[in-house]
Amino acid sequence: MRITAKGLSFRALNQLIRECVQKGAREIEIVEVNGQRYIGAGIDSHVIIVIQGTPGNDLGAFAQSPKIIVYGNAEDGVGNTMDNGEIFIHGNAGDIVGYSMRGGKIYIKGNAGYRVGIHMKEYRDHFPIIVIGGTARDFLGEYMAGGRIIVLGLNGSDEEIVGEYVGTGMHGGKIFVRGKVCEDQLGTGVGIRPMTNEDWAEIKGLLTEYCAVFKTSLTDVLENSYTKIVPTTYRPYEKTYILT
Amino acid sequence: MDIKSGHTAHSKNGGGTILSHTTIPPEFLVQIDPQKCTQCKRCVVECSFGALQFEDKLIAINEKCSACQRCVTFCPQSAIAIIKNPQAFPEHATWTEKIQRDIWKQAETGAILLVGNGTNLPYPTLFDHMLIDACQVTRPSIDPLREPMELRTYIGKKPPKLQIKVEGPKQNGGFKLETPISPNIKLDAPIMFAAMSYGAVSLEVHKALASAAKNLGTLMNSGEGGLHKDLYPYGDNIIVQVASGRFGVHKEYLETAAGIEIKIGQGAKPGIGGHLPGEKVTAEIAETRMIPVGTDALSPAPHHDIYSIEDLSQLVYALKETTNYKKPVFVKIAAVHDVAAIASGIARAGADAIVIDGFRGGTGAAPQAIRDHLGIPIEVAIAAVDDRLRGEGIRSEVSLIASGGIRCSADVAKAIALGADAVAIGTAALIAMGCRVCGRCYTGLCPWGITTQKPELRWRLNVEQAAKRVTNLVRAWSRELEEILGALGMNSIESLKGNRERLRGFSLDHITLEVLGIKPIGK
Repeated sequence: MRITAKGLSFRALNQLIRECVQKGAREIEIVEVNGQRYIGAGIDSHVIIVIQGTPGNDLGAFAQSPKIIVYGNAEDGVGNTMDNGEIFIHGNAGDIVGYSMRGGKIYIKGNAGYRVGIHMKEYRDHFPIIVIGGTARDFLGEYMAGGRIIVLGLNGSDEEIVGEYVGTGMHGGKIFVRGKVCEDQLGTGVGIRPMTNEDWAEIKGLLTEYCAVFKTSLTDVLENSYTKIVPTTYRPYEKTYILT
Repeated sequence: MDIKSGHTAHSKNGGGTILSHTTIPPEFLVQIDPQKCTQCKRCVVECSFGALQFEDKLIAINEKCSACQRCVTFCPQSAIAIIKNPQAFPEHATWTEKIQRDIWKQAETGAILLVGNGTNLPYPTLFDHMLIDACQVTRPSIDPLREPMELRTYIGKKPPKLQIKVEGPKQNGGFKLETPISPNIKLDAPIMFAAMSYGAVSLEVHKALASAAKNLGTLMNSGEGGLHKDLYPYGDNIIVQVASGRFGVHKEYLETAAGIEIKIGQGAKPGIGGHLPGEKVTAEIAETRMIPVGTDALSPAPHHDIYSIEDLSQLVYALKETTNYKKPVFVKIAAVHDVAAIASGIARAGADAIVIDGFRGGTGAAPQAIRDHLGIPIEVAIAAVDDRLRGEGIRSEVSLIASGGIRCSADVAKAIALGADAVAIGTAALIAMGCRVCGRCYTGLCPWGITTQKPELRWRLNVEQAAKRVTNLVRAWSRELEEILGALGMNSIESLKGNRERLRGFSLDHITLEVLGIKPIGK
């Protein structure tokens, strides 16, 4: 099914999407998207939503299972509190990508903004994964409680691959950065640890699909050193309080 | 210091004596009457804090006593009395015993003082400085025992006007409502249960509150720790919370509930987040919060997708889109200095109800410095918000729910007369279940089975009886509300809402009277 989003409010557009899903659509193509928010919010079918244009904030918020493909840039809050599903962005994304996401995948071809993966967490068979092709800004993986974030720095930009305060308050999961990260870029409670064979096997597995989606050479992507950032404690605030 | 021998250790380095928490005189003394005590050890079993122990004979470790009354209540011989330690401190109005105790604890640990329950500082309670009017001679009162009284309250947006189209003959009911009506939740009484998360309280407390809410035709609130599967059948009587940690938030959770509440703040700890320590994250709690077992559950202070009213609006509509506009969305904030302006923003952000939690509100755990010194009382917050929303002509856009220190039916009546649509009670409901307000909620050792996850303590709370007692409490308050309405010559709680003409201030200064929008007694 095909929807032309031009001139539609977010409410009208999302209503059309819900109607298509209710009718059992397997794939919905939405063209001329221009800033409409909440596309794919709370969708619990395995529908494929292809977006041409720039979707607005909270793309795929609370999503349960759709596959959302964006041919363009995305704004803030991609995959906000998403439970499962896939979001592939053939462009850049804004701040708080994957805020509190619990499962599913977000692949971004370009760069992402601040606080990517904040409070993402894993749960049973739910395991959230964010892969960013370009760079990510400050507070990457803040309060992260599970899952994986990989930042590749493939866009050839001069800026640091990741910003400062990486992993502040992080207490679960792992962050892999293709390239060097300095200790002073890290938040408190996290540390850099050597890559193990298991880590290499894991990122190879995760990057195989990413590279296939964006038609990037896996060999080239793997050809570099990676920095692994993990929490040094699972109880970052253990000694902050005393009982009166 | 060695407790048994009473000797103080001497330091090897630097000389002098070593101070430690054991050198602080205990706050309470456990007195056991040797004439009555049969050494049955029941108190040892009951005291989850370990203040009563048995080593050849019964001994009291006074330092551990919280005066929770569990041992006193269950001693078969009535042999136990808890008394405040009469040990005299030098009298000092500035450096009080409490201040000194706090300094000692912090000097030893360098840590933040953690407390439970609402503030225990003796700030004046404005509810106790307001009196309600009554009818005499010139206006008839109503006898609620003989005449119908309406406590029913609807929570949600009310349209400013209704458009009705006449279709066919009137006698055949030929009317059609043309104004779209936003989802509203019907409460049989304007008393809801305040948000208390599963994790802060036991599953038994959640079950008791859900059951009571169903009996009463009102709402309980999941708090921010998700909703246990056993509570899903009570969904029509539950508000589910979405807080900064987004614990347990998924589509089914949102759709099961009668409404959704975005938690921005809490009266006991405005502006700060929450923190459920890993040892409380049991398998069941982990499943409900949808996190791994044993990890700290951190709720950051802000929602990281909300930095403005526009951002709040974005989350309000993200939730409405996710639930197809079928659920009212509440926004809960702590009562702070500029609460009126914030409430106006919340109404304009598209929320269906605003929950305001006054600074006396309870908590499972909060830093003492925050609990005791941040925020404003709920009484002035209600008045300020109601004034502001009326002044801007948007009062009907939102319902106003007040919480934080609502102790009795008169408080409910006064809160509603000041401008609230309904109130929410937390601590009062817990007291009905057995809580003795000892304030040790954060230890996870609640001897009454309320704020604990330990199976042997949870077992102590009988869900059915707790539900019954909470139901009784709200029924009793409802009857008293009907009596108050009758005395006011009203037959509907709606007539009392925002009716400040029927309140008078007693011993309140000019400014407070002005903020509350009430006249002084005698005027």
